Amino acid sequence: MPSQDNPPEFDPRSLRPSALFPEHVLAEIHRAADQGVYEIRGFGAKRSLPTFDDLVFLGASMSRYPLEGYREKCDTNVEIGTRFAQNPLKLEIPITIAGMSFGALGANAKESIGLAATAMGTSTTTGDGGMTDEERNSSKTLIYQVLPSRYGLNPDDMRRADALEVVVGQGAKPGGGGMLLGHKITERVAAMRTLPTGIDQRSACRHPDWTGPDDLEIKIEELREITDWKIPILIKIGATRVTFDVALAVKAGADAIVLDGMQGGTAATQDVFIEHVGIPTLPAVRQAVESLAQLNMHRKVQLIVSGGIRTGADVAKALALGADAVSIGSAAMVALGCNRPVYLDDYSKLGTAPGYCHHCHTGRCPVGITTQDPELEQRLNPKQGSRWLKNYLSTMVLELQTLARACGKTHVLHLEPEDMVALTVEAAAMAKVPLAGTSWIPGT
Amino acid sequence: MTNRLDLATESLRRVNSTLHNPSDRKEFEIIHPKGVHSLAAGLNATIRVNVDGHVGYYCAGMNQLASIKIDGNAGPGLAENMISGEVIVTGNASQYAGASGHGGLLVIHGNASSRCGISMKGIDIVVGGSVGHFSAFMAQKGRLVICGDASNDLGDSIYEAQLFVRGKVARLGSDCIEKEMRPEHLEQLQTLLDKAKMKYSAKEFRRYGSARKLYNFNIDNADAITG
Repeated sequence: MPSQDNPPEFDPRSLRPSALFPEHVLAEIHRAADQGVYEIRGFGAKRSLPTFDDLVFLGASMSRYPLEGYREKCDTNVEIGTRFAQNPLKLEIPITIAGMSFGALGANAKESIGLAATAMGTSTTTGDGGMTDEERNSSKTLIYQVLPSRYGLNPDDMRRADALEVVVGQGAKPGGGGMLLGHKITERVAAMRTLPTGIDQRSACRHPDWTGPDDLEIKIEELREITDWKIPILIKIGATRVTFDVALAVKAGADAIVLDGMQGGTAATQDVFIEHVGIPTLPAVRQAVESLAQLNMHRKVQLIVSGGIRTGADVAKALALGADAVSIGSAAMVALGCNRPVYLDDYSKLGTAPGYCHHCHTGRCPVGITTQDPELEQRLNPKQGSRWLKNYLSTMVLELQTLARACGKTHVLHLEPEDMVALTVEAAAMAKVPLAGTSWIPGT
Repeated sequence: MTNRLDLATESLRRVNSTLHNPSDRKEFEIIHPKGVHSLAAGLNATIRVNVDGHVGYYCAGMNQLASIKIDGNAGPGLAENMISGEVIVTGNASQYAGASGHGGLLVIHGNASSRCGISMKGIDIVVGGSVGHFSAFMAQKGRLVICGDASNDLGDSIYEAQLFVRGKVARLGSDCIEKEMRPEHLEQLQTLLDKAKMKYSAKEFRRYGSARKLYNFNIDNADAITG
């Protein structure tokens, strides 16, 4: 029996983990040594990053007059694409659904998203791989992405879209193209993408027919000619050199800009990309708004922010910093059941567990969202899925309105930076709002 | 009856709008194009369009059904993402000609610059002269016929497209290899050459395509990427 005089040979308190080589780093080095290829995975950044959680609203008090919760009007409608398009998007809420491809997602997931977005009066977006009839028919307002791969891109779908989104970059992988591993390249997906079945598909990272912003300006004119100048054309950028990219997108003729921070998700890409490229959404929004304001284009070229939006509070903070709307991808999938603690054996077979799963790339999604397997896919009933997502969106809108009313705003777009303070020096510097309890904005 | 549209007096928007809504008109002639961009982009009818002069970027972009002939040179992105129909250029074409085209026939009687047929998805492209570097990059499906020479990195990262070259290939791209020209290829190529009114024998050409070593991730792929 161990005692003071007879200490144990092994004292577990003497185990000191290395901060430089924590267990997940050790595991990754061992995996790399075994396989000789980088880790490819889905979902978004897992590292700790500055987020909207680092900001808080001040709310109304003596110097501000709040609105009565539930009773007084607090509008949420937004218009996207008012610069050049004859028919801008008229959305009832400032939360849109981000581009996610058929292929990455199954048809039931796409249909669920379309139905929920339609019920909430907002838009959804196609992805790499083209437009399916399921999503067109289920989505009242559908944005059609023009991606570097041009998989499935055709003018008929362009003309039946409500807006186009030229994808220059994505928050999860700015400077990189998409991936869809062979398990998910079924006959239908392969046919839509004009590829052999079963290959590990790597999408191009650059557009095939333009190079640089001057070309893009001409390209956008072509897209407008093809669609007879009727529908808005958005440009999506991954958050990196935001100030310049936003200015160049304006110069290229965008009706609106989609800005995707590094917390944005993906169906599959290199882990090193997800965790080490791009900047967080928080500073990116502020830089984008400043850039638009410098050009006198704030609110004229609308800004849609995505990457790590999870709650109505996140939406409110993005809008307060100057965004016109937000877009959700990963959070929408979570609402559909991603990482829900069901079908535990199937998580286990993937070597993961609910709460940790990022295995979209495998095509074996236990909850039937990111899969092309008919058996798994039937686990997501589109009607049930759309109800979940609609409820989630409704909750976010209620939260958003709650915060806007508390700040005395009759429209959620009236939220402003002055309504917020930061809890950390970093967030204060990035968002350019004062550190709580001070009037100090680092760097100003 | 040919309907004449004059870009010296009419706007591009008006000309394209007319071509998008041709009603029962079948023949159009466009004069004074002066290098304008996006001319005859997004056509979607079985009409015949003759352009008298040089055109800028994206002429005949995303063409469906229409037959478009350009008497002159074409700027970048000629007939990009074409779905069907026919586009003929009597002169040279700049970068990205036929990029990501899904179908139809593109004939360039002169030379084509770099990235001709990049990301092509089923289109047939016949170039009377030579093509620049990285032509047929990531080409997925369709045929690129080069009656002259091909510059560096032809067919880099190619999928299932077929490449036919009559002249010299400066350098093949990653995973692109020369393949046997079998009788069925000779027959298909001759038909295509005849259709494009190129007076060459299919027997003068060599065939290139994918080695399919980059189709799936595995350790061995490292050789194909760096080799």
